[in-house]
Amino acid sequence: MISTVMSASVPLMIFFIVSISFKEKKKTFENFLEGAKSSISILLEIFPTLIGLFVAINMLRVSGVLNFIVNIFMPVFAFIGVPGEILPMAILRPISGSSTVAVATELMKQYGVDSYIGLIISTIMGSTETTLYTVSVYTRGKNYKNIGRVITVALIGDILGILLSVKLWNIMS
Amino acid sequence: MLNLVWPIFIIISIIYACLFGTLPKVNDSIFDTIESTMSLLFTLAGTMCFWSGIMNVLEKTDFFLKMRKKISKVIKIIFRDIENDSKESEFISLNILSNLLGLGNAATPMGIKAMDAMDEKNKNKNYMTKDMMMFILINTASIQIIPTTVIAIRASLGSKNPSGMIFHIWIVSIVVFISVILLGKTFFKKEDN
Repeated sequence: MISTVMSASVPLMIFFIVSISFKEKKKTFENFLEGAKSSISILLEIFPTLIGLFVAINMLRVSGVLNFIVNIFMPVFAFIGVPGEILPMAILRPISGSSTVAVATELMKQYGVDSYIGLIISTIMGSTETTLYTVSVYTRGKNYKNIGRVITVALIGDILGILLSVKLWNIMS
Repeated sequence: MLNLVWPIFIIISIIYACLFGTLPKVNDSIFDTIESTMSLLFTLAGTMCFWSGIMNVLEKTDFFLKMRKKISKVIKIIFRDIENDSKESEFISLNILSNLLGLGNAATPMGIKAMDAMDEKNKNKNYMTKDMMMFILINTASIQIIPTTVIAIRASLGSKNPSGMIFHIWIVSIVVFISVILLGKTFFKKEDN
């Protein structure tokens, strides 16, 4: 039942948006094309970042460095009930959005996209944000003296998001 | 940030690989990664294209305009000093709506404009006002109706149900959002202004 509702939510959202636009007699397809075209430039912009980071992160993984680090932190994470496999993702999440995409993709390939680990990773990715990047973009390099407080609270939010994603899949899988 | 992280990743990997004999694997991974990134990009391009299109359809509706007005009421709850018809209020509501709808690229320019408008009324430029801090916070707590990037990646990896975790994402997002707002409300001091 739950899975039926879940797979229905996206088509319903599309139905909702398209039918509102249609009912209001907007140029629905033209608007669609306009938005779709705007995504191409974004994609071209993130493409070099992706290539660069994917290569570097895979080097980190294949060389054995990532496993080394994960093994050190594994007991700590296991103690609070978080599987060690998601650690690389948890560490990178606040630092860089594109490297999170890279690591998350790699991990989902490795453990299976619909596996327990894959689903936790997807949930973390969708529910947390690239904190440090966001803060630096929004303050635009201005040296506000209370910037540390914003970062602290935002990082607490990230940690909470990661813990909650794990707990939720323990309960609702 | 990445100017620091990226070279460190590469340097550490190669040194570690030399020490533990994984250098041939590292060599192969460079070429494999470039190839697999290219194929991922093709799938990603299609999904992103489609969703940006759908979101733009919504953006152009009158329904969206009405939503914007409702959001400006919610703004009052989070931001004490923002007046209803001000520039700040308009940019903040556009930013929040874009975030909700997953239009990250629309959210950022609106957010920067909102920050500028708030900073204009800021008396002490060395400190952010409480409202400015709260505004950054709600942008670091991601709230999206459809988490498009994750769905796109899952689809490209051949998931049986790419949007299968959407409820989980909603629950986590909402709880984190509320916690962060409450933390900010108590932790950020009014005297910062």
